[in-house]
Amino acid sequence: MSARDAILAAVRNNLPQPAVPLPEIPESERKGVKHGLGYKEHFTRLPEVPGAPDVNEPLLPYFSRQLEAMGGTSFEVADAVAARAKVAELFPDAKVVCSAVSEVPGTRRVENVGGPHELNDVDVGVVRSPLGVAEAGAVWLTQAELVVNALGVLSQHLVVLLDPAAVVETMHDAYGQIDLAASPYGVFLAGPSATGDIEGVIIHGAQGARSLTVLLLAPQASAEDLADAAT
Amino acid sequence: MKLGLFIPCYIDAFFPEVGVATLELLERLGCSVEYPLDQTCCGQPMANSGCQDDAAATEDLFVRCFQDFDMVVGPSGSCVHHVRFHLDAMEQTPRARKVRAGTRELIEFLNDDLKVADFPWAPAFPHKVGLHDSCSAVRGLGHARPSERVNEPYFSKTRDLLSKVGGLELIEIDRPDECCGFGGSFCVTDEAVSAKMGFDRVHDFHRHGAEYIASADMSCLLHMKGVIDRLKLPMKDIHIAQILNGGPQ
Amino acid sequence: MTHVVDPEKRAARFIALEVHESTHDRLVWGMRQNRDKSVSGVPEWEELRALASQIKEHTLTHLDHYLEEFGANATKLGTHVHWARDADEHNAVVYDVLNAHRVKSLIKSKSMLQEECGMTPYLQKRGIEVTESDLGERIQQLSDEPPSHIVVPAIHKLRTDVAALFAEKIGTDPKDADPHNLAEAMRQNARPKFMAADAGMTGANFAVAETGGFVVCTNEGNADIGASVPPLHVASIGIEKLIPRARDLGVFIRMLSRSALGSPITQYTSHFHGPRRGGELHVVLVDNTRSTRLGSPDFWHALKCIRCGACMNTCPVYRRGGGLSYGATYSGPIGVILDPGFDLSKYRELPFHSSLCGSCTEVCPVKIDISDQIYKWRRVVAAKGLLSLSKKVGMSALGTTLAHPALFHTAESVGESALEHLPRFLLYNPLNPWGKHRELPAVPKQTFRQWYLENRRKS
Repeated sequence: MSARDAILAAVRNNLPQPAVPLPEIPESERKGVKHGLGYKEHFTRLPEVPGAPDVNEPLLPYFSRQLEAMGGTSFEVADAVAARAKVAELFPDAKVVCSAVSEVPGTRRVENVGGPHELNDVDVGVVRSPLGVAEAGAVWLTQAELVVNALGVLSQHLVVLLDPAAVVETMHDAYGQIDLAASPYGVFLAGPSATGDIEGVIIHGAQGARSLTVLLLAPQASAEDLADAAT
Repeated sequence: MKLGLFIPCYIDAFFPEVGVATLELLERLGCSVEYPLDQTCCGQPMANSGCQDDAAATEDLFVRCFQDFDMVVGPSGSCVHHVRFHLDAMEQTPRARKVRAGTRELIEFLNDDLKVADFPWAPAFPHKVGLHDSCSAVRGLGHARPSERVNEPYFSKTRDLLSKVGGLELIEIDRPDECCGFGGSFCVTDEAVSAKMGFDRVHDFHRHGAEYIASADMSCLLHMKGVIDRLKLPMKDIHIAQILNGGPQ
Repeated sequence: MTHVVDPEKRAARFIALEVHESTHDRLVWGMRQNRDKSVSGVPEWEELRALASQIKEHTLTHLDHYLEEFGANATKLGTHVHWARDADEHNAVVYDVLNAHRVKSLIKSKSMLQEECGMTPYLQKRGIEVTESDLGERIQQLSDEPPSHIVVPAIHKLRTDVAALFAEKIGTDPKDADPHNLAEAMRQNARPKFMAADAGMTGANFAVAETGGFVVCTNEGNADIGASVPPLHVASIGIEKLIPRARDLGVFIRMLSRSALGSPITQYTSHFHGPRRGGELHVVLVDNTRSTRLGSPDFWHALKCIRCGACMNTCPVYRRGGGLSYGATYSGPIGVILDPGFDLSKYRELPFHSSLCGSCTEVCPVKIDISDQIYKWRRVVAAKGLLSLSKKVGMSALGTTLAHPALFHTAESVGESALEHLPRFLLYNPLNPWGKHRELPAVPKQTFRQWYLENRRKS
């Protein structure tokens, strides 16, 4: 009997009774945006909950605040030129800027990278995220956006472009929008790499990115931009 | 309604004044109370060590002592919690079930069953008091909202009763409902941890200016008083029944 | 003679280290406080707990179905799916995969399951170099100690301990105990190992049956490096980690880090669905007593655990005695209810390393009845005759005395007489553990019963 058959048989013989049904995850409306678990009802029932999010607060400030609490930063930039200027301003000493986006050409294009081992010298990685999650201060990145997954963790610093209109409120909303199986790798990234392992002291840049900077900018992809930057 | 007075073994032996205060309090509130003379213990010491066989006879005695009363009231959260939730080493006859279901801890009896609005004799206790609710009382019997349940509205049956006592000032501490470390036989089998927990708890009360530590559980107080006396800290302990009954006897 | 773990003695040793114990208690209580603060920002928290608990209970009561679904969907994605009945088989399967790929060095992220199976020494004996990438786990590996906490494995160490350790093992300045510098030194030391590793290994927090993928939550991103740099990624997954659907992740991910550290999410929440471009992915689904525990009506709820560590943060016993006092892979309250299921004889004392305060039950995001299970394990230990002789004799004597009113009253007088008349040196000595740090109670003039007879029963 194979290990698989033995385990399945052992599990079948030991299933607890009675069986428990799978619950549905409730949803409710908030300003026309579908999200989960009845915030409105809870806010009327428990008005004194001290840290509860303000139902009327727009999503972007909430996202930025949560991202900052996780150790990241965010900036609004007007266009691709402003994005490039911001990267240069934040990382003036960067030698290798490896980019996956057209708005910021960088010094190395990730499409030209053969594999993860060629990314060990990257100072700044630049990618675009298709989705931000406000309650977590997180951005979603998959193999599609990273091209080489290691770009997200080997870069000393990470810059993530995010369309301000692509921010949802909760993790429930986020999981409702992504197709997990579509990419071999997908990560919710909330701030830089961190640890509190030594006496609980929070340190950024434990193994992965030392900093995470989100540039709030709708997609500006155009060949023109790239041509301009090259001259 | 005929009330059976349940006086835990260690209160009978070491803190009879708490039993007296409990009895007088109930009588003054108009209850008809009787103390069955053959009672000894609820069985918790043996049961908490997992020794069901050793607990059975004592638990059976408990049921027999209280079988003819309408309800049973006792000044101990941990013992009452044991009776209601864990008194199952003996056969669960209808009689056993009735006694178990009808057993109340003093605070919950005053608050939920008698619904005491105020105490006619106007008890006064003009002191700074640190309130210690035992874990059995808070998380076991629902005396108060546990600190872990941050989003639920706060309530406390003990505070409500103590608010009717003149001059009593409740002080707030850093860790409102952390365990004091008594834990039954834990206090001797895990002595170092138990003592450190007691040490930390009494210091929390002391740091915030408590003159008295008040509790509805004498077992916690026994342990904390042991630490206080060893450390020679300027604090006293008192059972809530004694406060409500009008001060220490 | 089987080795029996003595958590009380170990805890006492840690408590004797005053600075270590007080720092540990303060830091870990701080994690509980952070949990409280972040939970207060989620008004629907209790609803989430109920959902999380029910999702897990549903999965476990249909576990065979979900295991099959996961296996099929993972295979469809190109993942190699292996199964292991116990720890030995897990290690053998892992070794076979690594050996087939001629792996000489591997880098791993945190996995309690791999720790449980004793995988690292097994592989090292067979010539494979294994490096922990999580900072806390690496500190423990270098100290030759197991992790003391599920989330922060070296929280029992002071920065000066780490400085001394790193000075000895990786050549840093022994006088520099700044955690930032120590972490930077580890970053510099680990990066080349990541780049040179032939394989990366991880555990998994959740395995999603609907999609055939799994999720790993870290703060360092070390799982992500291990999965994205070496060409081979092997993940060990306990069969209890299954959840039915992708949308269920919303519930668990919202609760995991809030319960653990008080942040809304871990820095990295990483999802793996099939091999990455240029890589190969293997998962090993492991039973190792889980199916047996599933069949226990009293204890199967422990399988709902999502390894958040909230129970250890709130546990007053854990915070004083430290995680190493449990002498097992799993420490704290969850350890108390898991470990006896692996080896009842070895861990017979753990259920008594608790004051039964019940705080663990209140913070558990999946509503495991931890405190009740601790109580029930005591009954199992006693029923199997594994109590110490002194406890057995003591409980038997107590049980007899308390069952007979006359005996009880005699014992009271004898005891009180002793307390009143014996000299201090006889009352306070090593035979009396109560008296080590506490005064004994004073003896009253009469018992309550005597007072009652005098004052209420005039007959």
